[in-house]
Amino acid sequence: MSRSIHGFERRARVAEAVASSGARGARRRKLNVMLWLPIAWIAFVFGCALSADWWPMPEPDYMDFLSQGAPPGTTGEVPIGAFESSEGLEHYVFWLGTDMMGRDIVSRLMFGARVSLTLGLLAPLIGLVIGGGLGMAAGYWRGMLEATAVGVTDTILAFPGIVLLLAIVFYLGGSLLNLTLALGFLTVPAFYRVARANTLTYAEREFVTAAKAMGASDVSILAREILPNVIMPMLVYALLIVALLIVVEGVLSFLGLSVPTAPSWGGMIAEGREYLDEHPRLCFVPAFVMFLTVLSFNLLGDRLRGLTDVRESNI
Amino acid sequence: MLTVSNLRTHFHTGRGIVRAVDGVSFNLARGRTLGIVGESGSGKTVLVRSLLGLLPSTAKFGGETEIGFEGRPLDIRSETALNQVRGRAIAMVFQDPMTSLNPVMTVGAQITESLRYHLGLTGGEARERAVALIDSVGIPMARQRIDQHPHQLSGGLRQRVAIAIALACEPKLLIADEPTTALDVTIQAEILDLLARQQAERDMAMILITHDLGVVAGRADDIAVMYAGRIVERAPTARLFANMRMPYTQALMNAIPRLEAPPNTPLRTIGGRPPDLVNPPPGCRFAPRCPRAESRCTDHEPPLEGGESGHRFACWYPVGEPGAA
Amino acid sequence: MAKFVTLKLLRLIGVVFAVSALTFVMVAMLPADIAYDIAGQDATPAQIEAIRAELGLDQNVLVRYGHWLMSLAQGDMGRSFRSDEPVLDAIWSRLPVTIELLVLSQVFALLLAIPAGVYCAYRAGSRFDRVLGSTGFGMISVPTFVLAIVLIYLFALRLEWLPATGYEPFSEGVWANLRTFVLPSLSIALVEWVPLMRTLRSDMIATLKEDFISMAKAKGLPAWRILTRHALRPSSFTLITILGLQIGGLIGGALIIETIFALPGIGRLLINAIYARDYMIVQGCILFIAVGYVVINFVVDMLYVALDPRIRTAGAGG
Ligand SMILES: Nc1ncnc2c1ncn2[C@@H]1O[C@H](COP(=O)(O)OP(=O)(O)O)[C@@H](O)[C@H]1O
Ligand code: SF4
Ligand SMILES: [Mg+2]
Repeated sequence: MSRSIHGFERRARVAEAVASSGARGARRRKLNVMLWLPIAWIAFVFGCALSADWWPMPEPDYMDFLSQGAPPGTTGEVPIGAFESSEGLEHYVFWLGTDMMGRDIVSRLMFGARVSLTLGLLAPLIGLVIGGGLGMAAGYWRGMLEATAVGVTDTILAFPGIVLLLAIVFYLGGSLLNLTLALGFLTVPAFYRVARANTLTYAEREFVTAAKAMGASDVSILAREILPNVIMPMLVYALLIVALLIVVEGVLSFLGLSVPTAPSWGGMIAEGREYLDEHPRLCFVPAFVMFLTVLSFNLLGDRLRGLTDVRESNI
Repeated sequence: MLTVSNLRTHFHTGRGIVRAVDGVSFNLARGRTLGIVGESGSGKTVLVRSLLGLLPSTAKFGGETEIGFEGRPLDIRSETALNQVRGRAIAMVFQDPMTSLNPVMTVGAQITESLRYHLGLTGGEARERAVALIDSVGIPMARQRIDQHPHQLSGGLRQRVAIAIALACEPKLLIADEPTTALDVTIQAEILDLLARQQAERDMAMILITHDLGVVAGRADDIAVMYAGRIVERAPTARLFANMRMPYTQALMNAIPRLEAPPNTPLRTIGGRPPDLVNPPPGCRFAPRCPRAESRCTDHEPPLEGGESGHRFACWYPVGEPGAA
Repeated sequence: MAKFVTLKLLRLIGVVFAVSALTFVMVAMLPADIAYDIAGQDATPAQIEAIRAELGLDQNVLVRYGHWLMSLAQGDMGRSFRSDEPVLDAIWSRLPVTIELLVLSQVFALLLAIPAGVYCAYRAGSRFDRVLGSTGFGMISVPTFVLAIVLIYLFALRLEWLPATGYEPFSEGVWANLRTFVLPSLSIALVEWVPLMRTLRSDMIATLKEDFISMAKAKGLPAWRILTRHALRPSSFTLITILGLQIGGLIGGALIIETIFALPGIGRLLINAIYARDYMIVQGCILFIAVGYVVINFVVDMLYVALDPRIRTAGAGG
């Protein structure tokens, strides 16, 4: 027994040595680029999603029957902004062209970012709060609480996520609220594990023992001593979850099971698929935007994880 | 048969260059045993691993390093050259039999492997040879043992298996790196006797490494004492014990564990710690811990030079001569 | 070891039970009465009553769950509302396609991951290792369905090497059948292999520092032989865990891949049933997939035992 533990520790140390060896100085610049580029792209997508209403462009659903399947750079006459409030047709350049129904791709991409980001960011927040809270409690008090929580999360994890999601969408309907709740629910076990593992490592530290000795209550120890240490690794982990959820939302909208009323990247890819042979850009432009966004969150999460030092082996 | 000349093995690490072995030279004749003794961290393992190219890629050899084996130069920087001698001509037994055997392969598979690869034996032949080998290293019920995994064997048996593996292809030189340090005291002598017996029967040369002068006392023809990457004293065994010149060797001598001491007591009886090999102290590397040290010791490095009949030592004020004062 | 297996077996039963309850509760929680949904808009109240009775909706939830479990135990999962096909038959007839897809994609993923992981560990830090590491990172950011479309575009539409969609049964010949599976399984494998490769690489780097590898080197064995015979097996325990963990994602991937490539597997059955609001099929598929997933995980645990002789004799502690 002790031997295998010993072996495991040595393995961890070897892994650390591997990770920290190599020319650090030379990688420094690359690391910074790999940190700032994703941040820039995410900020850009965010900006687009927030400001989509204010740009001089047609609504995402407006169909210009004269410019169906128009290539990038084509010009047309469209109402700018919301249809009712617009002042007649105006000259407009379809920078990325239109889809086969004559809808502006730029406009659809910008509005589509809203669904992706809303789901991608709100759902992890639910998982973060519930899973994080549970995980901290389980890691701090241990005992029955921990055993029960492990049982419950194991059962959730026993379902392949996407199937559970389909079940929820099917039985309860695919509104934005339902989807957010369902996806949030699915992320609970993951956050639970990160929170518990990190709490376990901090619960025995001197500053916690010291706080206890000074008569601090459990709740105040959790809030003041443990939370500040556990929150960073969880936030970093959340970035990876966001990347995952953007993909999941893409899958759902690709299948036509996501929020039915809003334009979405996955939906654009699904529609473009019909014309893959003649107009591959209809698929590949939204696909590329989605890829860049997912990649950015992944990169950011990965780099920051290296900095905040989450031990995967504890999870 | 083995000549090591000016071996330098340096590790290039983030902290700087670790001069683990820094200019070691010695010869070893056919059928003889050389004992290498030194505190833990003095570079013994790195020295012998260098000879077989068993170090991580951060290890670099000095430009003047030259190794000769059986009259021919051996290029220790070349995997191809090393693979000509590894296993067939030079074999090695490692310190900890708990980690040196592959946990997921049977004992038999680990022995027959080199028989089949080097000697081209078929499965059946190799198996018979393996049984004979296991038998010859004193493991009872060889036929049953051969199909067991290492974790089913005790430490002593495992080390015997490791010895059997090393002996499989009849090597000319056997290197044993602290083969008993990880074992129970009660079986240490058995393993050492086994090694000595095999060496005599097969007429092998042997390098026996230990941190315990007592271990090599009756078993080595010559002894080299290492400190901080260098050989600091070297002599035929009887001579060395009769007339130790290095204060360091003498300290080692006083540190030989006595019978009543608990087993595996670490060697901490010499005051102070071995020097940092990134920035070794100037002059004699033992000076900071040496009771006889004078200012000359830190100013000039003592060369490894002889007294009579092959006795060499690197010390300005050797034991048995009056000090500087 | 007996203790280890019993423990895992008990967990298996517990989780299967929980899964069945969850699946059932979901149907029981339906917001609108499914009887209306099934009967259509212009059904008479009598018809609706009949359907409700048939489904047992007029009874207490626990009674219904009991009944449902009983018939499940007899292999009766009900019938499709649309085609009247028994649910279990529908699933069984689709199962081979899904299994073939899952197995082939895992095979492709391992064929990519093992050589790449071994070589990258052997030459850790080399240019090849770094390039492959970054490529892998990029690839896991490509959603499976996007990758599928890219592959269709390249290999089916532009190069015309392989069919874009469709399915040929085994009876049409092995090659004809395999051709229809190449792109679907590659779509999954090209994403799945990355974590496998990374895991193997990092475990292998740790293994290569072990004493027994030095020992194998000291025997004078060539590098490839040390890597494959000595280092690979002790480095593959985490790989197998990851393989098991990925199966959940894999089943999810198979759902959408079957839909994109029009492969008549369970995923497509489920998705189509969702479109058609065919409750019994949906319920059956979900239950089946969830239980299948739990069972596969159990098998993975057992594989662990087979691979590591230390667990085989020592017991759960290891
Ligand atoms: N891979 C390595 N990288 C850096 N330093 C090393 C490495 N291996 C050994 N050393 C250093 O080389 C010195 C000699 O080590 P070693 O030969 O193992 O000592 P011994 O076998 O005599 O106990 C030690 O100071 C050790 O820290
Ligand atoms: S040279 Fe000086 S310091 Fe070194 S061992 Fe001799 S007496 Fe001691
Ligand atoms: Mg050593």
